[in-house]
Amino acid sequence: MKNDIHPFQVVLYEGKGASAWDKAERLSVTATLLDKGYSVKRITENVANESTSPVSDAYPVLILGEFNEAAPDVFDGSGKLEITTRDTADLDSDGILELVATVRGEKDAGLNQPGEKGAWKPWFPVIDYDRCTNCMQCLSFCLFDVYGVDDEKEIQVQNNDNCKTNCPACSRVCPEVAIMFPKYTSGPINGEPVKEEDVARESMKVDITSLLGGDIYSSLKTRSEKAKSRFSKERSPDKALTERKKCLTKLQQSGIIPAEVLAELDLSTLPSPDEIQRKAEEMAKLMGES
Amino acid sequence: MSDTPSKILYCRCAFAKVVPDGVKTEVLDGLCESGKSFESVADLCEMAARKDPRIQTLLDESGTTRIAACYPRAVKWLFHQAEAPFPSDDQVEVINMREEKAPDILEKLLKS
Repeated sequence: MKNDIHPFQVVLYEGKGASAWDKAERLSVTATLLDKGYSVKRITENVANESTSPVSDAYPVLILGEFNEAAPDVFDGSGKLEITTRDTADLDSDGILELVATVRGEKDAGLNQPGEKGAWKPWFPVIDYDRCTNCMQCLSFCLFDVYGVDDEKEIQVQNNDNCKTNCPACSRVCPEVAIMFPKYTSGPINGEPVKEEDVARESMKVDITSLLGGDIYSSLKTRSEKAKSRFSKERSPDKALTERKKCLTKLQQSGIIPAEVLAELDLSTLPSPDEIQRKAEEMAKLMGES
Repeated sequence: MSDTPSKILYCRCAFAKVVPDGVKTEVLDGLCESGKSFESVADLCEMAARKDPRIQTLLDESGTTRIAACYPRAVKWLFHQAEAPFPSDDQVEVINMREEKAPDILEKLLKS
């Protein structure tokens, strides 16, 4: 989803050598660019401090301004920035937006545009390490390999692209309420401060998952082993798939994974019995070493 | 934190409707009217997810930064996950547009 997206910075310059923008135009252009997925930096003479951080390197920067003279040529001393300046004095809001799109096209900078077909909604877990106890429940639970561990064997989000949009299931089974989905509607999953009753409620949900057979992962592992056995005897991928469907049905009944998320799942993309087995062995090894 | 922020950052949260439209528009309007420099991004979550290199520049390492976004706990760990952790909790103030009213947010962002 992200390989064709490139950083592209728009700067609205109202500092020395340029006039202030019309206030309605300034708001309109800024809001519209943001809603289209751009980052916008406004620079005025009245800088909040005297040391605004420099625009970082290695991506195109478009500086827009109503310059008192011709739009200046601006060069990056390091030679890494691709700075383009354009005068907007004769342009209305629509003209400015068109100009930005044109320059972005010239720079071949892809953009993840909210609301556009194919846009990737940033849905992924964020771990609160002040709460996380590294219990690995999330790693065990997630079917999609979103989680992994770093060199220090600390849990981390490694493959956020794999996360299923609108599924906060791992957050619901986290016993420490340490997993957040910032785009979720309600707390504590959305990052609201955690209350005592939240911790108690999440513990109850973990107990619910245990009804599926010790824990979800054990259930999956057992089922996958059975499926694997049958698979090897009968060479029937359909049966292995049926096993996964059965397990997912139980998950659905538990209410942990939203029904609409399960309905949209392409079951053929779920981990194979072999992959589940491999993950189980890795987990066992990890837990044994820690 | 210091009353003289070195940076102001505004997140539009453009990929979700969890921040009230009226609040985020009023806050952006106030920033545009303020005459101060500020940074604004379409969606911090989206930038963090793809580890956009610009996220490394959004926080002032030596000064202070005020961020208008969502829940402070989420924002703090979002930056951490994007390999751009807060330099210290004292140097970053996160103001929650999901819960607070626009005039209050602006007052906190712009106070000097």
